[in-house]
Amino acid sequence: MAYTGVDFYHMDGLLSEEERAVRDTVRAWVDEHLMPIIGECYIEGRFPKQIIPGLAELGVLGANLPEEYGCAGLNNVAYGLIMQELERGDSGIRSFASVQGALVMYPIYSMGSDEQKQHWLPRLAQGKEIGCFGLTEPDFGSNPSGMITTAKETKDGWVLNGVKMWITNGSQATVAIIWAKTGAVDDPKSIRGFIVPTATKGYTAKDQKGKLSLRASDTSEIHLEDVRLPKDAILPKSGGIKSPLSCLTQARYGISWGAIGAAMACYDEALQYARQRIMFGKPIGATQIQQVRLADMLAEITKAQLLCHQLGRLKDAGTMTPQQVSLAKRNNVSMACDIAREARRLLGANGILAEYHSMRHMANLESVYTYEGTHDMHSLILGQEVTGHAAF
Amino acid sequence: MKIAVCLKRVPDTEMRFAVAPDGKSLDASGLKFDISDFDGYAVEVALRLNEQHGPGEVVAVALGPDALQETLRKALSMGVDRGVHLKADPVPFDGLSIAHALAAELKDQGFDLILFGRVATDTGNGTVGPMTAALLGLPCVTAISKLDLSGGQGTAQRELEGATETVTFPLPAVLTIDEGIARPRLPSLKGIMAAKKKPVESKSAALGTVQLTVDKLELPPERTGGRIVGEGPDAVPELVRLLHDEAKVL
Repeated sequence: MAYTGVDFYHMDGLLSEEERAVRDTVRAWVDEHLMPIIGECYIEGRFPKQIIPGLAELGVLGANLPEEYGCAGLNNVAYGLIMQELERGDSGIRSFASVQGALVMYPIYSMGSDEQKQHWLPRLAQGKEIGCFGLTEPDFGSNPSGMITTAKETKDGWVLNGVKMWITNGSQATVAIIWAKTGAVDDPKSIRGFIVPTATKGYTAKDQKGKLSLRASDTSEIHLEDVRLPKDAILPKSGGIKSPLSCLTQARYGISWGAIGAAMACYDEALQYARQRIMFGKPIGATQIQQVRLADMLAEITKAQLLCHQLGRLKDAGTMTPQQVSLAKRNNVSMACDIAREARRLLGANGILAEYHSMRHMANLESVYTYEGTHDMHSLILGQEVTGHAAF
Repeated sequence: MKIAVCLKRVPDTEMRFAVAPDGKSLDASGLKFDISDFDGYAVEVALRLNEQHGPGEVVAVALGPDALQETLRKALSMGVDRGVHLKADPVPFDGLSIAHALAAELKDQGFDLILFGRVATDTGNGTVGPMTAALLGLPCVTAISKLDLSGGQGTAQRELEGATETVTFPLPAVLTIDEGIARPRLPSLKGIMAAKKKPVESKSAALGTVQLTVDKLELPPERTGGRIVGEGPDAVPELVRLLHDEAKVL
């Protein structure tokens, strides 16, 4: 049976015709171009670069940014549905699109000059330039304000020095958004964003080896050694830690939807397997233990869908808060982790094969659980929101 | 060139089907609908011809209930310029009745080509295209798998059982499109947004007299399990006897 998603509460009725059309076209694209190759890419530990032109032609990159920059100009629910469908294929592919759209195109769009927007956004939308986002450092993950990468102003520009780690798209990027302190290392207010072409002298990226998760994604360490940039490399409207965090809010919003996609892929696989696999003379789906598993999955997916739908409507209305995004990211990624693991178990021995998808999702989602604000950090953000006390 | 593509809105063939309580139609609840597969190929052919032969117009024409607008909108998102919705609810089973409505809409509009899918994936009649051609007095080539146009003349290939037939025809003409000719493109996200602004004209369908009606619709009987008659060469005589006497296939 072809993949048809999960819609137990007739959520389709809450979507507009365009939103459904966007979802269906990306779903068909994933079926045709990603599903046949993703297992092999994962085993070989390689990002499928050949899909970039197709993703760009479809209009996936920066899809919620305006048409004047060559983007599709979609609303945020449609954008979320794109992330959901991409992650139904693989978290690494959704990560690629999240980084390009939410972490590279969005800061240029929201903090860049007109010249920067005109120059970079159409190229990034067309996939002619690939971007990465350098915030996290080896010793500063959950606490990005503590970063020690510096940008010193000179008479004709800037000089950047530092190390960034866990950078998605790092090795294949042609341009990097690098966050650095322009003042003292204990002054987080001096954090500014820079557009750094990766061919600039002093910029090097190397793949992070030995990953057991997100294997079809490019993850790199970036070294910046006296990287000299012109004056106009700075994002003029960036300032303070809130600037990179505003990008992360965009990306986390997409992750909340993406996790539903991964969960639905696992549920769909588990359900089909439960119907077909005969043990003790009947389908395993006729046993109580597997029915409980499937009912739990269905309930969690349905709740997550309702959560994201309303979050998307709030985002479109301009009233969404970062804390609301934290709740959705925390809830949805956690439920997707649980569903992937339970689906893997329902599949029995077959569940450990790359031919099935659940274990790949299970391993991927461990990264998604940890990146873009760990599950625990989002708990503390919510804790601070409701009590008024910061516990971090 | 001016090209019309006639579309049918059909249930997605990947869905599970149930017969409605009237015993004559499909239970539409929970079904997803889409452009009939072969009609999708026809849209792709029209778009490619338009791209190859310079600026022209591709018009999608479809007959059915209001929900059909979504199907037309999909064609527009693929690149069709405008849509015409001929309102009819329910859609009659009688192909000739539908052909009358389409011919009334398509005549005297200066279309160089009128394209149909070879057959609809739900009713499977394959009659509306040729009947529309007859009512319009136009030549009709069915089930084509390859198409070339030059100098007001067309050449089409038809795949037959073990052979290929090449047919030439003058324009204007009616063609029905088989699979394999051109894989339908996915609508791009920009195409979906652009489709919102393209015109869809809605009007009553001038249906002809309905002469055919469906009396009964039944799903095939559930398949029963197999039977093992024995093992090894000893079981062969019994197997042959069963195939001969019971299954009656020998």
